[in-house]
Amino acid sequence: MATKASRSAARIMMAPAVILLLGWMLVPLIMTLWFSFRVYLPLRGGDQGWAGFDNYTRFVTSSAFWPSVQTTLIIVLGVLAITVIFGILIALLLDQPIWGQGVVRILVIAPFFVMPTVSALVWKNMFMDPVNGLFAHLWRFFGAEPVSWLSDASMGSIIMIVSWQWLPFATLILLTAVQSLDSEQLEAAEMDGAPFLKRFWFIVLPHLSRAITIVILIQTIFLLAIFAEIFVTTGGAFGTRTLSYLIFQRVLESQNVGLGSAGGVYAIILANIIAIFLMRIVGKNLD
Amino acid sequence: MARSVTPRRKLLNTTVAWAIGLLIFFPILWTILTSFKSEAQAIAAPPIFLGFDWTLENYRVVLERSDYARFLWNSIIIAGLSTVLGCIIAVPAAWSMAFVPSRRTKDILLWMLSTKMLPAVGVLYPIYLIFIELGLLDSRAGLVVVLMLINLPIIVWMLYTYFKEIPGEILEAARMDGATLRQELLYVLTPMAIPGIASTLLLNFILAWNEAFWTLNLTAVNAAPLTAFIASYSSPEGLFFAKLSAASTMAIAPILILGWFSQKQLVRGLTFGAVK
Repeated sequence: MATKASRSAARIMMAPAVILLLGWMLVPLIMTLWFSFRVYLPLRGGDQGWAGFDNYTRFVTSSAFWPSVQTTLIIVLGVLAITVIFGILIALLLDQPIWGQGVVRILVIAPFFVMPTVSALVWKNMFMDPVNGLFAHLWRFFGAEPVSWLSDASMGSIIMIVSWQWLPFATLILLTAVQSLDSEQLEAAEMDGAPFLKRFWFIVLPHLSRAITIVILIQTIFLLAIFAEIFVTTGGAFGTRTLSYLIFQRVLESQNVGLGSAGGVYAIILANIIAIFLMRIVGKNLD
Repeated sequence: MARSVTPRRKLLNTTVAWAIGLLIFFPILWTILTSFKSEAQAIAAPPIFLGFDWTLENYRVVLERSDYARFLWNSIIIAGLSTVLGCIIAVPAAWSMAFVPSRRTKDILLWMLSTKMLPAVGVLYPIYLIFIELGLLDSRAGLVVVLMLINLPIIVWMLYTYFKEIPGEILEAARMDGATLRQELLYVLTPMAIPGIASTLLLNFILAWNEAFWTLNLTAVNAAPLTAFIASYSSPEGLFFAKLSAASTMAIAPILILGWFSQKQLVRGLTFGAVK
């Protein structure tokens, strides 16, 4: 149906979006690559020439590197485990006939719309404050000593805050997937006497596998980049410095652009490895 | 896969579901409640749930002290303009990919998606430098452009999945009747595309409103939106729970309301059409 004229018109219509995104991708990327090979200290002499692979080796051999990788992994894996497991459970529950389903759905989804700085500050102060926080009141009520959550249990606290933000996303997508499940198959299995766990394991879970994979991939990309939650709670202290946060500190706080850029290149490579898997799934769906 | 169950089972399910829903919503509810307390009652032990003296004092103080209107205005301008601008650029692109697909359409779509996955922190300094060179640091114009660019892939994708659902025969019929490209766009496509465009605008407005990496790093005073306004409460002085709550409530209320309208689009927009 497409004529030559409409093809060239199509190309012209696509051009602005493509050119803008190309520029948005290439210009900063090339600059980051360039800086990563330079000795570049904006406040201490500026650009001081070639560094070779110095920045790359210095970034991975610095004492902060491996702890930050570990922190990143723990946060990503912790949040993924919590959001996927509870997401599946809540999705299955919300799929059952219940009174006021629409309202419950709204209650569950609400945290997704809270801006990251607000959720981090609300949790930090009103719940996790060791003196006046709600948890402190609760702990005292049961006769326990209140915990300084963000310093003594910093990782658990960050995982808790971030999970709260992302649980709605996982639940909503898994719920959409659950609702597309063919109920006849389930009913047949139920009539044949298959217990709930078996039905879940052999029918529901395989059906959800695609949605679960997508939730994991998309969340991973966002979780690798969490920033505001750490920025306003611990500022990277108490062992909560993730790889992104470390790069941020190198670039903007200690103004070592060469070193930070090398870290940035590592982060870009890491994100791309995950992105390739996501693209495959999304791409398959396009055919 | 909803099935019929016994009333007892339904009651049990309902109770558990409501309990979980309220538990998840509780931090938001607690913030809203605390915003109406006095500072003393906000930290009272044991905590007071409803039986406190309701007051609007915190809202008055926050509005008076912090120039809240400017932050709000910045948020509206930045989120609104970046979304509208993104749509203006994305509609023709998505339209052509949906109705005049070529062999490369799929690759272009996937490539656009891949730009979304570039970690922001990896390109922070280049953007920072470009902003300084162009005098865009702490300007609304600069943030509008950046947020437009980071959301552009999502906008194109959402519009693409909506446009795909418009039957191509209708466009062919219009073409047979001698409609020009412009007429086809204006009178045939636009009316059918408006619901999809509206949902796209809505979801991306929300995403831009809540964006908290670039808005925190590229603004100082003039262009700071609500994300930065709230972040300024991270180093408190004295009693402030109630004021923090009032400020937070004002920052999230508009988006909570908009968000409830966008539940369905959320799945489509954030999974790039991979989950329906």
